[in-house]
Amino acid sequence: MLPRILEFVRGPWPWWVGGIAIGVMVPLLLFMANRPFGISSTLRHVCAACLPSGPSFFRYEWRKDAWNLFLVAGVMLGGGIAQRWLIASGAPPMPLDLFSFDALATPRGWFFMVGGGFLVGFGSRWANGCTSGHAIMGLSLRRPASLVAVVGFFLGGLFVTWIVLPKVLP
Amino acid sequence: MKRNLTCLAIGVYYGIVLLKSEVASWFRIQEMFRFEAVNMYGIIGIGVAMGALTVWLVQTRKLRALGGEPIELRAKPPEYRAQLLGGIVFGCGWALTGACPGPLYALVGAGYLPMLVVLLSAVAGTYAYGIVRAKLPH
Repeated sequence: MLPRILEFVRGPWPWWVGGIAIGVMVPLLLFMANRPFGISSTLRHVCAACLPSGPSFFRYEWRKDAWNLFLVAGVMLGGGIAQRWLIASGAPPMPLDLFSFDALATPRGWFFMVGGGFLVGFGSRWANGCTSGHAIMGLSLRRPASLVAVVGFFLGGLFVTWIVLPKVLP
Repeated sequence: MKRNLTCLAIGVYYGIVLLKSEVASWFRIQEMFRFEAVNMYGIIGIGVAMGALTVWLVQTRKLRALGGEPIELRAKPPEYRAQLLGGIVFGCGWALTGACPGPLYALVGAGYLPMLVVLLSAVAGTYAYGIVRAKLPH
C-alpha cells in the first residue's frame, strides 16, 4: 500500500487532483488566516520594502501585508521540498535553451527571460492582480472586473502564442 | 505573527502543489494557449468552482475564520480599462515565461536559478508600472 501511495505522490498528478489541491487554497487562506488568495502584490511589497524613497505607489505600510510575503516565502520552500523529495522525473519544466544563464548571451534569451518577466510584473500590477487574485479569487467572488482581467490574460497569451512565438522560435 | 506562520505553511503546501500539478510548467501553459490539452482549463475550473463554493458558504452562512473573526471579503474597486489592458500585458508575459508569479517563486525555490532573473525582472516591471502609473488609463 505505502509504495503505491509514494508512487502516486512522486509521479505527475492528474489534472483533477491538481485542480482540487489548488481549489483548497481559497478556504485554507480564508478560514486559517482570514486573507484573500493573491500572489502578485508581493512584487509591489518587495519594491516598497527595498526602495522606500521611490514613487508614491510604493510608499505605504507594506509591513501590514507581511502575511503575503510569508506566503510566497513558503511557496519557494514548497518548491524546494517538491523538487528534492516529491518529483521522480528530472525533466525540467521549461525549455532550457530559452531559460538558462547561457541563454542570456542571446537576444532571444533576454526576450523570454527579462522581457517576459517584465511584462508579468508590469501587467499584473496594472491589472491589480494575477492568476491567483483574479482568475481564482476574483472569479470566485463573482467580480466582473476579474472576468475582464482573465479575458485580458487570454487575449495577451493567445497573441504571443499564435502571432509572436512562430516568429521568434524556429 | 501566528498568522504569518500559518501563511508560510500554506505557502509551502501551495509551492508543492504548483510543481506537482505542473501549473509551473512552461510546456503546460503553451498547451493551454494552443488548446492542445484540457489540463490547465480543468485545474483553473475546479479551483474556481471550489473557491466560489467557499465564498458562497461564507456569504450565506456567515462563516467565521478560525479564532472567530468574521471573514473579510473586500472587493477591490473595479478599473475595467486597467484590468483589460494590464491583463493583456500580463498574458503576454505569462505565455513567454510560462509562469505567473506563484510558479516563478516555486521554480526559484526548486533551484531553477535562471528563473530568478525572470522573477527579478517581474519586480522591475512592477516598479516601472509604479513610475508611469499616472500616465496609464485605469
